[in-house]
Amino acid sequence: MSVVLEIEDLRTYFDTEGGLVKAVDGVSYTVEEGETLGLVGESGGGKSVTALSGIRLIPTPPGRIVSGRVLYKGQDLLELSLDGMRHIRGRAIGMIFQEPMTSLNPVLSIGRQLTEPLITELGLSKYDANARAHELLASVEISDPERRLAQFPHHFSGGMRQRVMIAMALSCNPAVLIADEPTTALDVTVQAQILELMQRLTEERGGALVIITHNLGVVARYADRVNVMYAGKIVERSSATAVYGDPRHPYTLGLMSSVPRLDLPVTERLVQVDGQPPNLVDLPPGCAFQPRCPYAQEQCLEAVPELMQTVDNHYAACFIADQLGAGAKAGQA
Amino acid sequence: MTEVTNPPGTTASNGSAGPILEVNDLRMHFPVTTGVVFRKTVGTVKAVDGVTFSIQPGETLGLVGESGCGKTTLGRCVLRFYNPTSGQMHFRGESLTDIRGGRMRELRKQMQMVFQDPYSSLNPRMTAGQIIGEPLKIHRLASDPKQSRERVAEILSLVGLDPSMASRYPHEFSGGQRQRIGIGRALAVDPALIVCDEAVSALDVSIQAQIINLLKDLQDRLGLTYLFIAHDLAVVRHVADRIAVMYLGKIVEIAPRDDIYANPLHPYTQALLSAVPVPDPVVEAARPRQIIIGEVPSPLNPPSGCVFHPRCPIAQEDCSVDVPELRELRPGHWVACPKV
Ligand SMILES: Nc1ncnc2c1ncn2[C@@H]1O[C@H](COP(=O)(O)OP(=O)(O)OP(=O)(O)O)[C@@H](O)[C@H]1O
Ligand SMILES: Nc1ncnc2c1ncn2[C@@H]1O[C@H](COP(=O)(O)OP(=O)(O)OP(=O)(O)O)[C@@H](O)[C@H]1O
Ligand SMILES: [Mg+2]
Ligand SMILES: [Mg+2]
Repeated sequence: MSVVLEIEDLRTYFDTEGGLVKAVDGVSYTVEEGETLGLVGESGGGKSVTALSGIRLIPTPPGRIVSGRVLYKGQDLLELSLDGMRHIRGRAIGMIFQEPMTSLNPVLSIGRQLTEPLITELGLSKYDANARAHELLASVEISDPERRLAQFPHHFSGGMRQRVMIAMALSCNPAVLIADEPTTALDVTVQAQILELMQRLTEERGGALVIITHNLGVVARYADRVNVMYAGKIVERSSATAVYGDPRHPYTLGLMSSVPRLDLPVTERLVQVDGQPPNLVDLPPGCAFQPRCPYAQEQCLEAVPELMQTVDNHYAACFIADQLGAGAKAGQA
Repeated sequence: MTEVTNPPGTTASNGSAGPILEVNDLRMHFPVTTGVVFRKTVGTVKAVDGVTFSIQPGETLGLVGESGCGKTTLGRCVLRFYNPTSGQMHFRGESLTDIRGGRMRELRKQMQMVFQDPYSSLNPRMTAGQIIGEPLKIHRLASDPKQSRERVAEILSLVGLDPSMASRYPHEFSGGQRQRIGIGRALAVDPALIVCDEAVSALDVSIQAQIINLLKDLQDRLGLTYLFIAHDLAVVRHVADRIAVMYLGKIVEIAPRDDIYANPLHPYTQALLSAVPVPDPVVEAARPRQIIIGEVPSPLNPPSGCVFHPRCPIAQEDCSVDVPELRELRPGHWVACPKV
């Protein structure tokens, strides 16, 4: 499979009142053609900032991209001029943002918002842009495009708005569609509709889809591969079946066993991950998960474990990843 | 309405003490107005529209349903934050709709609420100790500051926080810790019934499990009764003894937990359960996907007949005409659909 997007050693820091926040601290991953990649992890772990860095939408100040490369077709998106970036951004990465209200302008018609990037970024004529906008709305299963294009965001329900945002993200036919919590604000039944739609469009277009979410069920249903983030770093990466079935990082292990499941018998107590989420301005020494880790040893306080291969194409950033095989999960429960 | 002789829930355990809470044909309709100077009522939102259920002491009733179906409104009616449009509610046999004043305050003390948002539900200018101590003051439950401090310390440890944290402000706590403070505030007055409105929804998975376990422990230790509102069906299944499913202001199905998950009867319950992805790729790959069409209609202008019929895979012509009543199809298992 060919790589369509490659992120290399990305570091994005924020200067905050409390101190320096290393929101993304040495993250590397690839997105492959045709795949659905899941990005999961603790709130504040750096999932959104990772995605926003790639399209250079980090507010500066307080944020800055300290190092790294984001390679699309051999070109480093982080090195482009702002003008060059505007040109390539929509074709490389289409983004569905976590905050829906920030991405749709309430005072502009849906048609205007859909056609504008087509005209400025792809150089289409007004007429062609309009035709393409029709097509796009139809592709996200919104009927009566003519009438819909003239309407404003507040005329749309939550699910319809999300469909419009998918249409906007796909407008320049990007190689990679990144959806940041695309369904968190939606009802369960509508959430399923939107995810099916995104998956169908990805299959049809042949691009890749990155789903950022804290919903482990969504990732299990749709993702081929998974990256797990904790405190600004990727701590585990593998195929979805391997990450769920044989987690090798204690955080992933805790996550997988603490989520209540509809398909298993109800237990008296849930397995819980003890302790509190990390404070990014005051990280513990060594591994950031170490204060909450049931397996922590002395070396975990002394050094930060690197993301390393344990078994075939299964990476984990833990000194004892090799011992945390499928057996450990049963032992802990 | 037809006979409401046997409200859902009372049949299951027609035992000794009787239900702690009984709700009968409850309605909460909000007027929708336009205009700033001359307010004109242009319609009504039937947020809760004829809801009947009861809860036994020590039981947890889970309340699920999609956004806007009326879960929060129902919880707020029970606690009398709202004055219901019509219907009856009884707490330990005493009418909640008729009483006023001092007696109302006394009953309110026995019913508390834990809110969804651990960020906005706590006053940022009060310390954790003051937040938990305030209800003690309001209800005059501590004779002096020392006793109040002791009780606050006791509650803090009850909810798994260190008593030394009493002097800290909300922003100095994590989301999960703030939710513990919210639970502590509810527990301060020694309530019998707690309405948990999306109490764990805003929390990370790893923290969510901590709070769910805490709520269960507290129930065991203090004999609490919960009305547990949430949209996450897996979470509700884990904590509830019985579950009620709401759609557009109505309960469409109510049954014991294992029964409703193993054997959902209402087409909406079935759709809801099938829409929830299981966090296991192997299980998911083998699971049929039954995606229902459309979105929840506006409660301002609900469909005629059965409110679910425009999205229902088994709807027939008469479904747009007749409003279905809850029927008991199995012991304790009530369904508002004539087609099942
Ligand atoms: N504009 C900003 N200023 C200061 N800090 C920021 C800013 N944006 C993000 N951060 C910090 O960067 C860290 C990573 O944030 P990010 O939004 O990427 O988390 P996330 O993994 O997407 O979390 P969630 O699941 O809650 O969306 C957080 O600690 C956050 O506080
Ligand atoms: N004070 C109010 N005035 C007018 N309408 C209201 C009021 N409170 C709620 N509503 C309406 O009543 C309906 C039910 O709202 P409610 O908040 O009870 O739903 P919910 O099931 O709790 O939803 P969610 O899952 O989003 O919290 C909604 O359409 C809402 O807009
Ligand atoms: Mg985010
Ligand atoms: Mg609510």
